[in-house]
Amino acid sequence: MFLNLFIVNKSGGLIHHRALSQKAPHIGTNEWLRIGSTFHSLHAIATEASPIKLPGNKKAGADDGIEEIQAEGMTLVCLQTRTGIKFVITAEPNTAVAVDLGQVLREIYVLYTDCALKDPFYELEMPIRCELFTQGVENLIQRVESMINYSTSTSSTSNTRVVTLR
Amino acid sequence: MSKSSAAANGQALWAKQPKANAELFALTYGALVMEVVGDADGNVKEINEQLENIGYSIGIRCVDEFLAKSDVAVCKSFEETSNVLGKTAFKMFLGANCDVHQHSAKSFSLIMHENPLTVFVELPDEYKETLQYTIVYCGVIRGALEMLNYKVDCTLVKSTLKGDDVDEIKVDLKSVMQDGAGDDYHEE
Repeated sequence: MFLNLFIVNKSGGLIHHRALSQKAPHIGTNEWLRIGSTFHSLHAIATEASPIKLPGNKKAGADDGIEEIQAEGMTLVCLQTRTGIKFVITAEPNTAVAVDLGQVLREIYVLYTDCALKDPFYELEMPIRCELFTQGVENLIQRVESMINYSTSTSSTSNTRVVTLR
Repeated sequence: MSKSSAAANGQALWAKQPKANAELFALTYGALVMEVVGDADGNVKEINEQLENIGYSIGIRCVDEFLAKSDVAVCKSFEETSNVLGKTAFKMFLGANCDVHQHSAKSFSLIMHENPLTVFVELPDEYKETLQYTIVYCGVIRGALEMLNYKVDCTLVKSTLKGDDVDEIKVDLKSVMQDGAGDDYHEE
């Protein structure tokens, strides 16, 4: 099961958050804002802590930061785009094994560029309130969930990711 | 990324993009320019600035679309960026092939043999020398590269509308902005 999706803009403001299934814990909007900016800061610290520096970029660290956090009850995967937006998804560990969450995030990124950025009323860096985007994510998640159910019933349990997108 | 692989990538992306009618596209842009000309009361400097700003607003948004759909690796040099911009991005969004000509490590020109914006266009004499009809490209490039931390100056050097044989857009790298925490946050 997928749990939550949130998107943080390049200055650390939360621009989108939503539960992806019934199982997701209930978190209030204020808490979400806090989670968004805390994650942004931790990401920045992780980047600075990296010993690998980009060539010609003496002060800033390599652009990896936090890519994945694994815990007993959930896995978190973060995709930071070259323009500084972070797409973060959390899911139950078995889902993270079955699907490449990074690929799901890349698809959500495409949805963001197609639905939110092309909406003339959407202002950059501002919260995404865009029906098309919400619907697109909904469809994507449903599609992926149905693929997981299908594959777990037919294939034996293995550590390889069984669902390939596209 | 080499020029040929960037071009092949551009071709593949162009095939996947939803298409708009080329004539409708050119006419719509023409109508937009006329609107700006009308609003600016014939002040050519203002017209050029407005068109450049429109391009900038497009650029800061469409760069994300390019990155999301193209999957290109991080460019290691500005020269590589120029190839990706000219060969992949221009092809993906405009379907136009353009040549990339390097002047130096910090400067290059995009040479367009076909320009989807200028079909049907003839500039009247009063605007022929001054109005930069396709300056919107400059804005797009400036906006898109700014989102990737490159500050560039972008100018139209040649235009078929002014009697040149090709369209040439010159891009000069001014500075690379730093990511991460500012200087104030670094220990001595």
